[in-house]
Amino acid sequence: MLKIENLTMKFGGVVACSSFNAEVKRGQIVGLIGPNGAGKTTVFNVITGVYKPTEGQITFSPREGEQHRLVGLKPDRIAQLGICRTFQNIRLFGQLSVLDNIFIGNHLRLRSNVFSSVLRLPGYTAEEREIYEKSMYLLEKIGLQDFRNEKASSLPYGMQRRLEMARALATNPKLLLLDEPAAGMNPQETNELIGFIQEIKEEFDLTIFLIEHHMEVIMEISEKIYVLDHGVLIAEGSPGEVQRNEKVIEAYLGVG
Amino acid sequence: MRDKRRTDLIALAALVCTVVVLLLANRYLDDYKIRIINLSGIYVTLGLSMNLINGFTGLFSLGHAGFMAVGAYTVALLTMPIPMKEMNFFFQPIVPWLANVEVGFLPALLAAGLISAFLGVLIGAPVLRLRDDYLAIATLGFAEIIRVVFTNTQSLTNGALGLKGIPNYTNTWWSWGVAFFTIWFVSFLIRGSYGKAFMAIREDEVAAEAMGINLFKHKVLSFAFASFFAGIAGGLLASLLGTIDPNMFRITLTFNILLIVVLGGLGRIAGTVVAAVIVTVMMEALRFLDESINLGFIQLKGIPGMRMVVFSIILILVVLLRKEGLFTRLKGRESSYAEN
Repeated sequence: MLKIENLTMKFGGVVACSSFNAEVKRGQIVGLIGPNGAGKTTVFNVITGVYKPTEGQITFSPREGEQHRLVGLKPDRIAQLGICRTFQNIRLFGQLSVLDNIFIGNHLRLRSNVFSSVLRLPGYTAEEREIYEKSMYLLEKIGLQDFRNEKASSLPYGMQRRLEMARALATNPKLLLLDEPAAGMNPQETNELIGFIQEIKEEFDLTIFLIEHHMEVIMEISEKIYVLDHGVLIAEGSPGEVQRNEKVIEAYLGVG
Repeated sequence: MRDKRRTDLIALAALVCTVVVLLLANRYLDDYKIRIINLSGIYVTLGLSMNLINGFTGLFSLGHAGFMAVGAYTVALLTMPIPMKEMNFFFQPIVPWLANVEVGFLPALLAAGLISAFLGVLIGAPVLRLRDDYLAIATLGFAEIIRVVFTNTQSLTNGALGLKGIPNYTNTWWSWGVAFFTIWFVSFLIRGSYGKAFMAIREDEVAAEAMGINLFKHKVLSFAFASFFAGIAGGLLASLLGTIDPNMFRITLTFNILLIVVLGGLGRIAGTVVAAVIVTVMMEALRFLDESINLGFIQLKGIPGMRMVVFSIILILVVLLRKEGLFTRLKGRESSYAEN
């Protein structure tokens, strides 16, 4: 579904990511781990078009037999193709209501033009009702239906994380990129999150690529793991293989 | 949903009240006061138009005077009777394709809006890539360029001489009719998916783009609507005053509108309407500050422009103490869980 080939990203003299290769297959949950500053978020930013890579190619195939080259596309175009993400440092539309945050996630699939939205023509109102129902469904899914009229920025941290995921789901993604979804969560919340990720994967037929520091999350749900250190891929494989890999242990614990 | 219905009812009540007030005003008030009512309506349109860009879409634009100038000249040149044009353009004759044109007020206003919106798209395309203060500088520059161009295109705009004898079509029904149309348009725009997308851009461009919102398209759209309404308001103003010249459309005009937007609250519709009326009325009511004041024992010499000082002080206070605008209820504060 997603193929990253020979990806190199340089910021001036700093090499954030060097000749990185990875593949995410349809229906998989794939993890990306590494110590702080390893270049994980950079990979996400390149996939979603925030950065243009110095070198390399990324191909995305939302359906069988359909291929898109992502390098050079704008973030909004990539989202329309079916890749959506959450952010490490939550980026909600803070002053807008919880419901509106999800509502906006649907905007990219809106077919009506701006005049039919102002005139509230039947075509638009039907679409709007659909969006409203879908948004309410997603809100219930994350358990925030009672908070729908609250400002997004007024929610506690854990809820903001869930809201960000729901907003990403509203865009109807095929591939969901989660950037540290369990950051700042306690063990119980983390467990709930694992269940939630598996649930939405089944229900929305998703492929998931996630960055995570909580090892229990990544080891439990990933089928395949890539390990980055200083922008270089040092290991890949199943959770078991990665856990036994000496380079990985070294990168995390340092050489004794 | 219930909130929306309530807002609709309040809006309807306000509409009815305004119609009654206008009926009474037209009957009992003198020309000077009617003119202030007209100006209020025009400033309502201008305030909402600027709030659409600055308040809802979060783009700091200062080009309003330029779009108003375009609208004002369009209406003036299209509605002016043919003999009047000859009288105006004694210095250098008017361009032939405009010499024999005279259309009604409504088509002229529409043309003013459309030409202004077209120009908005044209200059928006390059400058909307800029952010914050750079955008403000670029749009300000655009407004100044329009003014300078209009001063020098003798055969099109009559240059620095300006245009006199523009037919006075603007009355309270036109100015407030357009104001209500603008209120309706902006409210419904903001309520819909596109308006929410505008606000998403204001809140966080990176997140909005990651959610598939085409930043460029939506910014240009918002800019085009705002310049459309600014152009129409400029046209109403030209027809109200009867005389225009390029120097009317200086930065101070944009500043007046910005004042309304900030006092009314960025991203607030009702607040903008109230602020527009209050500011317009106060601009007249505070005129005594510009003149000499006799306190009986002492004679204070008038300082022209003194009332603008008052407005500037109010603006500073609002920005410092009540960023939400003067008329915004501070709801939702007590119900926050954790502010981060």
